Amino acid sequence: MVLAESGFSSPRNDAFPAGLRVLVVDDDPTWLKILEKMLKKCSYEVTTCCLAREALNLLRERKDGYDIVISDVNMPDMDGFKLLEHVGLEMDLPVIMMSVDGETSRVMKGVQHGACDYLLKPIRMKELRNIWQHVFRKKIHEVRDIESLEGFESIQMTRSGYDLFDDGHFLSGDDTTSGRKRKDADNKHDDRELSDPSSTKKARVVWTVDLHQKFVKAVNQIGFDKVGPKKILDLMNVPWLTRENVASHLQKYRLYLSRLQKESDIKNSFIGMKHSDLPSKDSTASFGPHKAMNMIPDDVPNGTYSFSASNSLAQNVDLKGQGDLKGITSAPVAEPKGALSIDIHDSHEANSTQMSFDHSLGSVDSAVSFASFNSTTPLQYPWTEIPEIQFKQECEPLHLENGFSQLPLPGPSMIENEANRSRIEVKPLLDESRSNFVEHLGPVGAEDLFPIQSKSQSLNNQVFDLISATKSSMKTQDVGLNYLADSEFALRNLNASGVGVPLATLSEDLQICWLQGDCYPMNYGLQDLECSTYDNPALMAETPFHLYDVLRFDHEHLFDPTEYYAIDQGLFA
Amino acid sequence: MDVVNQLQRQFIDYSASLHREGFLDDQFTQLQKLQDDNSPDFVVEVASLFFEDCEKLINNMARALEQQQGVDFKQVDASVHQLKGSSSSIGAMRVKDVCIAFRSFCEAQNREGCLRCLQQVTHEYSLLKNKLQTLFRLQQQILAAGGSIPVVE
Repeated sequence: MVLAESGFSSPRNDAFPAGLRVLVVDDDPTWLKILEKMLKKCSYEVTTCCLAREALNLLRERKDGYDIVISDVNMPDMDGFKLLEHVGLEMDLPVIMMSVDGETSRVMKGVQHGACDYLLKPIRMKELRNIWQHVFRKKIHEVRDIESLEGFESIQMTRSGYDLFDDGHFLSGDDTTSGRKRKDADNKHDDRELSDPSSTKKARVVWTVDLHQKFVKAVNQIGFDKVGPKKILDLMNVPWLTRENVASHLQKYRLYLSRLQKESDIKNSFIGMKHSDLPSKDSTASFGPHKAMNMIPDDVPNGTYSFSASNSLAQNVDLKGQGDLKGITSAPVAEPKGALSIDIHDSHEANSTQMSFDHSLGSVDSAVSFASFNSTTPLQYPWTEIPEIQFKQECEPLHLENGFSQLPLPGPSMIENEANRSRIEVKPLLDESRSNFVEHLGPVGAEDLFPIQSKSQSLNNQVFDLISATKSSMKTQDVGLNYLADSEFALRNLNASGVGVPLATLSEDLQICWLQGDCYPMNYGLQDLECSTYDNPALMAETPFHLYDVLRFDHEHLFDPTEYYAIDQGLFA
Repeated sequence: MDVVNQLQRQFIDYSASLHREGFLDDQFTQLQKLQDDNSPDFVVEVASLFFEDCEKLINNMARALEQQQGVDFKQVDASVHQLKGSSSSIGAMRVKDVCIAFRSFCEAQNREGCLRCLQQVTHEYSLLKNKLQTLFRLQQQILAAGGSIPVVE
């Protein structure tokens, strides 16, 4: 029955939410005491700890020992967001963040990292009373997953589970189905997914940047043509991952790649048109390519950024589009397969970029980077060849990204810079992926754009394309969400690699970026976001719009967002 | 009974004045509501935790600001942030307000400003501590006289 599966250890199942097992993590002893008292008054079972590490240990020791985690954002031994990630990944429990700081950027960061709620201190008891809804919501979705997966038996189980739920006080005797439908708007969405025969509903898997990278690595190793879920799974060596998870991920990946292909073709033809339009645009989206464009004239790149093609990057990308670009690139010459060699030079430009980023939103940046991360398919892109062409950029991507992850929402200009940079690095043609990539690599800075510009008009065009492509993809509601989540992940990932990111890592990242297409990041982002905020689909559904408000995407896009959305829906398993 | 009433009246008036003067806000009332038979000294316990935490944090800040070779403003800011969170737990409004100003000085890396804020925060904290101790004493007296603590909304 559902409740049993949910792992409620409390025998008082029919008194839900009483007995809800809450783990509270806060380094502030005063708050810990108060929260404990409040939660006890709600008839919850409370466990407190003042260290994030301790909390993780407790959670790991008893995988089914808790129903929900409430954690403060600022803790001495570990960032609350990190803890949030871990819990989401390893235990897949709903996590509520708390802080005395209610800055929008912080709240957004929390949501991006998968928090199902963000409470502001001082916390009132009535806010705590309702936290059970997050647990319930998660259970509902788990049930739905199981139903679609296992068919009759699971349905039987869930039915009986719902019967028990009916007995529960909180449902007040309502029919479970109606109770479910009542819960939130997302119910409809879920129902739709459930009934969609083509949607492959698997057990929830959070495809984080790390996981995705492993996936891409495996795919690359095997060889994109010969790839298969089983082989990938074996190579990835992730014990808890199933063949089904990989299969569905691979399917999305393939779709993403093919989409990129199509788009790059289309983009190439748009290059000329776009170029003139872009600079005048007032892009506000995180991929403010526009802004970057404007900046180009002002900044002069001091650094040199040379790419050595990454391995296995074939030239799928249709370079022919480059015909439109003048001289762009010479091209996609066969780049040596190997690690990317990226010379990152510090320059005052980079510094200023960084600063600008500081103002900008960290979350958006992360989103962007994340988006780039999402694509893991080692698409062979001509960009690898491009290094010869030399994109001069000053990049301190890692450096910047580090800053990003903690930065508040960046202003549009920031985002653009970053977007621009990434674009440039990435190389023309592959718009989204490139922009993604670029972002991932970090805001190289306006300089990035500069060099390209000086290089050739076509390059700029390409960049513009990327920018517009990116923007268009960003426009999709899903993308927004994804990007945020993605970039966050990407950023983190990048940060994790350290400033001196080894070339191998970078190449992987580049691949990832390349793969990012219009829809891919969206899919993945969505998926990731969905996974992380699985217990709060309503929140997730709302966020993109919110993000849009914040980011104010108003750049034109080459592709019909609805098209993306449809794809997303299909991919959104 | 008259004594109890008198004490209760005193308690109510004193509570009201603390709220009026901004020493405490609604959060404190919430804490009082949480107090029950299971934890009859809840508010006093929470307040003690708060005082301990406060002193520790203030010391941290003082030490960090004393560094002649270079103040680590990030560290100071972290402590101030913690103090802000802590003060919000019992509703120490005035302390919290100083923390907000304190944080801007930290961001601006203004040592003088920070030192001033540190002074202010220390002052507010001692004031609050004294007042709460007075309040708790009144509570004790009421209970000792056989009365119950009135809840001031």
